[in-house]
Parts: sequence; structure tokens; C-alpha cells
Amino acid sequence: MFSAMLGEAWRAMGANRMRTFLTMLGMVIGVGSVVLMMAVGQGAQESVKQSINAMGSNLFIVLSGSSTSGGARSGSGNTSTLTVADANAIAELDGVSNVAPISMGNAQVVYGNTNWSTSIIGTTPSYLDIRVWELADGYVFSESDMRSATRVALVGKTVVDNIFGDTDPIGKTIRIKQNPFVVLGVLKRKGQSLDGRDQDDTIIMPLTTAQRKILGNQFAGSVRQVMVQANTPELMPMVEQNINSLLKQRHSIREGADNDFNVRNLTAVANSAAETTRTMSLLLGAIASVSLLVGGIGIMNIMLVSVTERTREIGIRMAIGARERDILLQFLLEAIVISVIGCFIGLILGISGAVLVNIITQAAVVISGYSVMIAFAVAASVGIFFGYYPARKAARMNPIEALRFQ
Amino acid sequence: MRLVQVHDLHKDYTTIAGTIHVLKDVNFVMDAGDFVAIMGPSGSGKSTFMNILGCLDQPTSGEYLLDEHSVAMLNANALAQVRNQTIGFVFQGFNLLSRTTLLDNVALPLVYSKISKTERLARAKLLLEKVGLGQHLYSFPNQISGGQQQRVAIARALVNRPRLILADEPTGNLDSATSKEIMTLFSELNAEGISIILVTHESDIAAHASRQVRFLDGRIVHDKRSKSEIQLTEAAEIS
Repeated sequence: MFSAMLGEAWRAMGANRMRTFLTMLGMVIGVGSVVLMMAVGQGAQESVKQSINAMGSNLFIVLSGSSTSGGARSGSGNTSTLTVADANAIAELDGVSNVAPISMGNAQVVYGNTNWSTSIIGTTPSYLDIRVWELADGYVFSESDMRSATRVALVGKTVVDNIFGDTDPIGKTIRIKQNPFVVLGVLKRKGQSLDGRDQDDTIIMPLTTAQRKILGNQFAGSVRQVMVQANTPELMPMVEQNINSLLKQRHSIREGADNDFNVRNLTAVANSAAETTRTMSLLLGAIASVSLLVGGIGIMNIMLVSVTERTREIGIRMAIGARERDILLQFLLEAIVISVIGCFIGLILGISGAVLVNIITQAAVVISGYSVMIAFAVAASVGIFFGYYPARKAARMNPIEALRFQ
Repeated sequence: MRLVQVHDLHKDYTTIAGTIHVLKDVNFVMDAGDFVAIMGPSGSGKSTFMNILGCLDQPTSGEYLLDEHSVAMLNANALAQVRNQTIGFVFQGFNLLSRTTLLDNVALPLVYSKISKTERLARAKLLLEKVGLGQHLYSFPNQISGGQQQRVAIARALVNRPRLILADEPTGNLDSATSKEIMTLFSELNAEGISIILVTHESDIAAHASRQVRFLDGRIVHDKRSKSEIQLTEAAEIS
């Protein structure tokens, strides 16, 4: 019975191929664009999520702030008003799990006859914990390296690729600003940061070493910035307030005067970036859904025309014993077959579109089984929903009038 | 056995102009195996009567017993089942599905009585052969003549082995020679025991039936059996 009806639906669709094709096209475009938009949107969300995870969680960055000298105000981070002692004091605050004072600059790195300019980060081992940055090989410098300012370095993947090539860098000696450094470890690949910098193009070394041997003429003990990690996201507002009041006190800043430091909530910035991409992908999905809806209305439109055209056929079927249910099922099945086939073609086109976007723009795309399932379910329900009204109209026909229809 | 019993049947239609009484107090009884011709001018109510007999329409009042069961008690699904299994329809305009092979057209009623595909096609093929179209199983209705189309329609009406065939001016669209062939076919079927009710305008077509009923203004005004010699000549023609 069911297979006979499926055959009928197939024959009815074949009877007017151009019209069936155009009706289907609405579904194809609808489903295709939903799948494509969801793939692009989810891809964007995924890459933001990865960047956020790579950055580390619950992060503040304290920058040495603008100072005013002779009426000219300098920008933040330009003077070294923060000290290692400030960092140690922050570490004592409630709710702070990790603190890493950082000094940085650029330097030329030489190994054998190759050289490469890269960024130098002088910090403490806790920096790697905060950034959730593991070593691919070797080991991290120790507290005693910090105290004695040993010339040891951890190198990023980009640096390794540029000056070592295929050589194993562990234990090799590189020269940074004429000073020999022993490579202790190689950092795991981290990829791009949220602002698009290559985070692997870097060398990490003890803060003391960096200050004495590489970055030079800074006041002893002063740092550019301090990275602070809070225990939980909920503690972040309290920690921020406490850092502010602590540093005001330590730097003897009067009430109402400008701070000589800045506290930035990096996690909030990252979260707003994530929120933006989420909203964007929702918007894309919503726009695509409209085309799915339009496709559904197209099906209803054509089914209504088809029911009117086939009034006589409906009358004949009723006269020879079709029940209302049989007629309803026949037209409903036709609408569903059209929408499901359209959905299938749309799915193929949407997925190939997403792959094409990935190849052309290198943008991340994510095609989840979940979004494919949603598209399929929506298409089937669009078929049922928009097919039901015309099918019911057919089933409710008066057989005598239907038979008289010319 | 009484196949059809109609008592005090009324049918009214309400239009903007007022109520039209299409059938007034119709009484009609038919035995199984009978061949009845219903005649009358246009608007006399004979088509409405046929629609009620065929369970396509419901009377305003009165009783209709088909096979000694009251049809008034049946719901839409049960009526569809009666149309499917007890009655076979033959129409003036043939009413075959275009773009559907003759075989599938004939097998169509069986789709609605849940009979397996193999049996459907076997029975349809047998009937097409019986009406002389065995070599056109996979042709389409627009590829054969009107007389052949009406034969297909008759095969379709017979496929579910009905007790009663209702034919509404089956020869109205056919020339006289073809009409005669179709009527011969009906007579043969009647001889096999199938009851037939036939609506027609033409008295020479009605003459093939064993009983003539005439409608006028919604009433039966004339009801008589043919003389036996007509039936005898029919029998002679058949053999």
C-alpha cells in the first residue's frame, strides 16, 4: 500500500518535471544555505574558542601605566612603574592563583649561520602555567635559574623552524645579542592569538636573565607587565578591585590622581569576542532559515495548484474506494518526497559549499552531524507542515463535485 | 435476494434561490442479478439517484438498504469501503487516470483494499484480457479509442468483484457501433450474474436491460420489465 503510494508520488512528480524541479529548488537553496551558514558560523565560533583556550582562563594583565613627565603623558606600558615586588604582592592577594611578571623586547637570534629576529619574553615558570602552554620537548627553567640569571631559553616552534630546520634544538647553544644561551626546551605550537599574532615566534627565558643580558637599560626589578590569574571566573571582579587598591597603595597614588598602571580583564575581552561570533552565526542561521521557509511556502503553493489540477483524479479515486486518509496520505507523501529529496540535494550542495569556502578563504568551517540532522528534520517537517493544508483540501473534496470538475 | 431497497427517498438541495426537491418519495427495489435501465430527461433526478445508490451522496430522508444493510448508518470510511468492494462505477467520460498504464488503472481499486501487488496485477491482467485488451496492458489511455477506454473502465469496475455495477451513460460518448459492443459486454456480465444499473437517454440502449425505470421531476413515473422476447434475442446475440 505504502510502496504503491510512493510510486504514485513519484509518477506525479515525473509528470511535471520542470515544476517539480523548481519546487525542489526552493528546498535545495533553503537547506543548502542553512547548512553552509551553520558551518561557517560554527567554524568561526570554534576558532575563537580555540584562541580563548590558548590564551588561558580568568586572566588579568596589569600594564605599567602612563606617567606624566614635564606635562607630556606617555602611553601605557612605556615606563616601568611595575616591579617584581608588585607582582609578589599581588600573588599574596585572595583569589589569585598565579602571577607572572613579564618583560619583553625584540632581539636577533643566531644559530650557526642562520639568524632570525624574534620576540623575547622574560618571565617566571608560572607564565607557562597561566598560558596553559606545555613543552613539546625538554624541560622548563627552574627557580634557581631565576635567581642566578642562567642563560637558558625555551624556543617557540616558529623560531625552531627558522633557525634549526631539522636539527634537534635541545642542548644546542644559540646566541642572542652576543650572549650564548642553552636551549632547554621547545614550546608546543600555540597558533594565532585573538589579534592574529603568531604566538610561536618567541623565546621565553628567566626574567632576571632577560633583564640583565638582553633588554638592558631598565631599572633593576622593574617589569613591563604582570599577568594575573584568578582562581575562578566569579572571583574576577573582586580580584580586579583588590589589585587596583593594592597598587594604589604601593605606588602612593593620591585619591583622584591618575593611576600609573592599568588592569585589563583579558577574559572579558575574549568573551565578548566569542559573544560577537555567536551572535553573528545565529544571525546567519536566521537569514538562511527564512529561505527555508520561503521554500516551504513554494511547496504549499505548488501542491495547491496540483490539487486543483487533479480534482477529477481525486474524484475518480474516491469513487473507486479511496478513503479520505488515502488521499491525504497521497498528497502529503508527494510534498514530503519533494522536500526530502530537495533537502538531500541541498545538504550535498551546502557541504560542498562549506568545503569550498574552507579551501578559498582558509576560514574554519565545522559541519556537525547535529546541524545536518536539524536541516533534515526541518525539511521533513516543512514538507509535512506545508503539504498538510493542500492534502487536507484534497481529502475533504466532495466526490460528486470532484468528478464533475472539467 | 434483494440487492437494493430504497424506501421513501427524498433529496433536497439548498441554493440561494431556495430549496430544490430533486428526489421526491422514491421507492425502488432490485433483485440480485437484475439489469435495470434508468431513463429520464435531464434534471429528472436520475443522476442524483445514481449518486445515492453509489454511496457518493447521502439522501435527505428515506432509507437505502444495500445488500440488506442500511447505508445511512455508515461513516465516510465505511462508505469508501462499499464503493471499493460492493460497487463498480462506469462513467460517461471513462474517467481513467491519464499517464497511468491500462494495467495500473484497472488495478487501482485493489490498492485501496490492501491486496498484494502480484495479485493486483494478475487480476487486472485477467480482466483486461477478458474485455479484449490483453495486448494493450502497458498502453496509456490516450493511445486507445473511446470504446477501448470504456472497456478498460469496465474492467476496472469489475476488478474487485462487485455485486453491483453502476453505469452512468456509459455509451454517451461513443458511436452507435461501439455502443452496441459495450452493451453486449454488459449483457454478458449480467448473464454471469452481476447486477447492473444503467442510466441512459436512449431507449434502444435501455432496451438491452431487463427492466426500464423512468424518472420525471424527481419521481419514478414508469417501471416495467422488458418483454421476454427482447431478452431472448439478447441471449441469441450473446451466443
